Amino acid sequence: MNALTRAVLSFWDSSIGKKILVAGTGIALLLFLPGHLIGNLLLFAGKDAINEYALWLHNAGHGGLVWVARIGLLTVLVVHVLLTVQLTVRNRAVAQKYSYPATNRASRSSRMMIWSGLTILAFIIYHISHFTVRIGNDYNGTAYLTSLPGHEGDVHNVHKMIIDGFSHTGNTVFYMVAITILCSHLSHGFASVFQTLGLRSRKSDLLIARAGWAYALLIWVGFLSIPVAVLFFGYGRT
Amino acid sequence: MNFTLKVWRQNDGDSKGHIEEYPAENIPIEASFLEMLDIVNEKIIGDGGSPIHFDHDCREGICGMCSLTINGVPHGRENGTTTCQLHMRHFDDGDTIWIEPFRAGAFPVIRDLVVDRSAFDRIIAAGGYVSVRTGAAPDANAIPITKEDADHAFDSATCIGCGACVAACKNSSAMLFVSAKASHLNHLPQGAPEKDRRALNMVQAMDEAGFGNCSNHYECEAVCPKSISADNVAKLNRDYAAAAVRKALA
Ligand code: SF4
Ligand code: FES
Repeated sequence: MNALTRAVLSFWDSSIGKKILVAGTGIALLLFLPGHLIGNLLLFAGKDAINEYALWLHNAGHGGLVWVARIGLLTVLVVHVLLTVQLTVRNRAVAQKYSYPATNRASRSSRMMIWSGLTILAFIIYHISHFTVRIGNDYNGTAYLTSLPGHEGDVHNVHKMIIDGFSHTGNTVFYMVAITILCSHLSHGFASVFQTLGLRSRKSDLLIARAGWAYALLIWVGFLSIPVAVLFFGYGRT
Repeated sequence: MNFTLKVWRQNDGDSKGHIEEYPAENIPIEASFLEMLDIVNEKIIGDGGSPIHFDHDCREGICGMCSLTINGVPHGRENGTTTCQLHMRHFDDGDTIWIEPFRAGAFPVIRDLVVDRSAFDRIIAAGGYVSVRTGAAPDANAIPITKEDADHAFDSATCIGCGACVAACKNSSAMLFVSAKASHLNHLPQGAPEKDRRALNMVQAMDEAGFGNCSNHYECEAVCPKSISADNVAKLNRDYAAAAVRKALA
């Protein structure tokens, strides 16, 4: 084994090394969410806007870009989940319980990270099978094809898919709960990135914590606006 | 003052411990927490029992030997105070007080409230020092250090190595202690030459000693009797990352 491999392996094995990788993959996911959100919000710009955007996404780089993004995100997610599970298992193994337990400062979000994280993972699996792979629905059928200028009847109707998806009360409530849990996860995750990468200090602490809250709130309002509009206000359902 | 104590009793590392109840009666209001335990112990010994074992030494908040998790909080609820400097006047007459050892996998119980904190010594031995030649003492002002750097180093150096940070941590992480010891030296000219080695070796020793991983709860900072800042943890994360990169490229 050469020195470089040894150094990489001992970084991967060390507690701080793992945490830095969790933070790094966390940043990628933190950046992905607003991108995803902006795409979704095109729903409010009319039927064609989101379908055009989806078509562009699927054809960009001769259809390669979407796969690069998918594989990249999947890798990031796998590393993030794998390492946090490893870290948690180790923490559970070495920590001991008090007969009289007390918490001084740790926020609820920070103490729930592994559970919020695993719930989000379950949601992501459901979400991808629902809207990307489209299992258990007929979103791949001809009823979900539409036309755009230059494309006659062969464009996937993302607009209709979203409206139909959020017309189900059960799905929608699950979605809303999952997004809320995601935002709890983000509020701690955002600030933690700065601490783990050594970019936080007592001076910047409050600013970073507030930015984390603001970010989580923005993501929460943004993602929930769609199901709320569709299910409760009938947006696009007529 | 009168109290009811719920105290962790455990014969040795191999036996199972349990909580036992003791009355603490006629405690003078000016007594410290350890003096209160002394009074209770005298009564236990008088009755032919085995006294409650607990660690202590200086009893003036500087040695880091006293421990005890009091009502779930290492060193008790008073901020910036060691158990030996905690006084009974901060409790209410008639209170029930739970007293447990500093709990962590890396701090095995030796007896009752006494735990083995030698894991900290192993971490210090791995890099919590500067290598200097022995001989005549160096001139105190030979190396200029800015006031800010000296202050930061001193703030970190006030860590007394008590282990409360580990005991309070939901993950039994030793990051506050290790980072205080590392940044005390890393940011001084005397410690800078060994900075990378220090960060890598101390973290490795910490992981090997069986401590958990920091997940940024900041419980450590909340209980530390010396108010060591979690800024040190951020600094160690940064120093470690830089050291790992330099080592990989070296
Ligand atoms: S950092 Fe604070 S709590 Fe931890 S060992 Fe040092 S003095 Fe004790
Ligand atoms: S006995 Fe020395 S610090 Fe408490």
